Amino acid sequence: MKVKPRTLAAPVALPPHDPGADLKPEIRDAVLDVSGRLGRLPGALLPVLHGVQQTLGYIPSESVGLIANRLNLSRAEVHGVISFYHFFRTEKPGERVIYLCRAEACQANGCAALETHAKKRLGVDYHQTTADGRYTLEPVYCLGNCACGPSLMIDGELHSRVTAKRFDRLLGIGAAAKESTS
Amino acid sequence: MSETTVYVPRDATALSLGAEDVAAAIAAEAGRRGESIRLVRNGSRGMFWIEPLVEVDVKGTRVAYGPVAGKDVARLFDAGFLAGGRHRLRLGPVEEIPYLKKQERLTFARVGVTDPLSIDDYRAHGGFRGLEKALGMAPGDVVQAVADSGLRGRGGAAFPTGIKWKTAADAPAGQKYVVCNADEGDSGTFADRMLIEGDPYCLIEGMTIAGLAVGATQGYVYLRIEYPHAQRVLEAAITQASRQGWLGGNIHGSGQSFHLHLRMAAGAYICGEETSMLESLEGKRGQIRYKPPLPAIKGLFGQPTVINNVITFASVPIILDRGAAFYAGHGAGRSRGTCTFQLAGNVKHGGLVEKAFGITLRELIDDYGGGTANGRPVRAVQVGGPLGAYIAPSQFDTALDYEAFAKIGGMIGHGGLVVFDDRVDMAAQARYAMEFCAIESCGKCTPCRIGSVRGVEVIDRIRAGIEREKNVVLLRDLCRTMLDGSLCALGGMAPFPVLSALDHFSEDFDKPPRRAAGRAARAVS
Ligand SMILES: Cc1cc2nc3c(=O)[nH]c(=O)nc-3n(C[C@H](O)[C@H](O)[C@H](O)COP(=O)(O)O)c2cc1C
Ligand code: SF4
Ligand code: FES
Repeated sequence: MKVKPRTLAAPVALPPHDPGADLKPEIRDAVLDVSGRLGRLPGALLPVLHGVQQTLGYIPSESVGLIANRLNLSRAEVHGVISFYHFFRTEKPGERVIYLCRAEACQANGCAALETHAKKRLGVDYHQTTADGRYTLEPVYCLGNCACGPSLMIDGELHSRVTAKRFDRLLGIGAAAKESTS
Repeated sequence: MSETTVYVPRDATALSLGAEDVAAAIAAEAGRRGESIRLVRNGSRGMFWIEPLVEVDVKGTRVAYGPVAGKDVARLFDAGFLAGGRHRLRLGPVEEIPYLKKQERLTFARVGVTDPLSIDDYRAHGGFRGLEKALGMAPGDVVQAVADSGLRGRGGAAFPTGIKWKTAADAPAGQKYVVCNADEGDSGTFADRMLIEGDPYCLIEGMTIAGLAVGATQGYVYLRIEYPHAQRVLEAAITQASRQGWLGGNIHGSGQSFHLHLRMAAGAYICGEETSMLESLEGKRGQIRYKPPLPAIKGLFGQPTVINNVITFASVPIILDRGAAFYAGHGAGRSRGTCTFQLAGNVKHGGLVEKAFGITLRELIDDYGGGTANGRPVRAVQVGGPLGAYIAPSQFDTALDYEAFAKIGGMIGHGGLVVFDDRVDMAAQARYAMEFCAIESCGKCTPCRIGSVRGVEVIDRIRAGIEREKNVVLLRDLCRTMLDGSLCALGGMAPFPVLSALDHFSEDFDKPPRRAAGRAARAVS
């Protein structure tokens, strides 16, 4: 039997796959910049995710593909890591993120009342952003300031013995905002 | 006129209490008055109720003033504080303050004393002497010195450090690692943070000695993301130490190398567990690994790895410098050396107390802590973080050494003590313990992942008065299942605070929940 030589169809020229093609330029640039700087570290994923979140304030869901591509990982791996760690977020946060400590030592100093006040004052629950986009409220489990609670951190600054009044003053909201800051 | 040295801490807690304002005011006021001062931003002495604590060097004696606010500064100058003048905030020579004077500061010898980032200051206060000795010793002898000191891990499990190092030293491998656990997740603890902010070279020195001892040339510090101040200090310290040849390819001209890298955690409590931390350092979800293999044999990137807590590493330099016998000369029973206790929560004199093991809880809470901040009776103290038992006042005479404390069902852990007054609702605390476990579970095993959620529900039913007795039995049963069936200590120990609350404060489960928010509102206002 004579076997007909098989002729292969000429390969279709696929466009080079660019998982970042559809991204907004600032997102794409952030990922490329951070992965370019940190992507070759051993176990680079956390440093890269930190870098992206530091630049953009969050890790946009649509950037997962490009991050995975740059680090030679699967999208599932990257997504799995982002979702595992409380600190990483995939939603754009408010202008200021308030980290309120709700761990035991702050409980002993009355953080439950501060928590109630903060939620009421901002009109949001934990992990939510105020409607005007100014604040995001996040719980945190210890800021290492356990002898001076209730503690909160905002803009990287730590605050001690935070009362409801002091909370308002720090944020510059409510009646207390008009009082002098000291 | 000669220059006066003034110290204003840059410790995160001191800053949170206004230290930056104070430093700025002192600099400005000195400028206005034409006084020549040298402003040093030290670490904290760990007496937080008098922070911001300003110290003035008066002919070699450091005179303390505190708590100082920015608005006090002009009057301090009026009072001649640069010469140690009298003022209502004057506390006398800092080393004579009983809280500090009675301590045995070995690991924290330099914290609050030196300029944290000055290598000259570090060396002038005994820094790098341990490393210099280690460089002249055979690695096996370094391991032996650590073993002879009796040092046990200060991160929680209290495992003998010498044995861990020997295991890693004996493991054949191309690349070994030294990893520092600086995830400090336990509520009520801040010793790691204070040490890194106040004496970062001490940690670097301890890790470098570990590297020499086990033959590791690469080191990582895994630091809590909630500690941005410590991050900045450690980054700067690593850069400085590398520049001045204390890290890198040729440590202090010895030809030996040790490279140190800082990695930030991402807010998962479970990543404080060592195998989960390794996963995280490798860029993965922080899920617990099965042991064996031990990390000392197969750890980071599959290579032999020594993992220790910040305080464990920071205790090594003085052991090498002063000798194992000196360190082992402190302590009680099989708990040798000192423990850096941290007084936290509702306590009058919160702060860091470094004392030899063997001190009682009562001494710490009453003599050092001065009771609660608001003067109400102490009702409970949680020792050892969120997985530690709640201790009732009837047990306060127990000595704090690992074994003696374990006998009453307690765990010293990382040395944190969280004090609660008589308004605490222990059923609410038990509920929180389960809730925390549910939030932080890595999800690998069912008793922890599901059991903790069920635990919250059962406690809610008990508090709501629904079939109370039956549900208490169920809760104890659930605790048993978690104790027996969890892979790691998160699920395996979360029952301890719950059971201790049931055992010692059962009356709180017998009545409807008090309105926590209302009570706490009175506490903060
Ligand atoms: C849930 C969990 C959390 C832990 N968190 C920490 C931590 O934050 N810091 C720490 O040093 N050890 C922590 N540990 C203990 C570590 O697993 C490990 O024993 C320790 O880092 C070893 O160092 P050491 O021997 O110097 O204590 C934790 C353990 C568990 C089970
Ligand atoms: S006990 Fe909890 S945290 Fe520990 S391995 Fe199991 S599921 Fe993970
Ligand atoms: S518990 Fe709130 S700062 Fe530690």
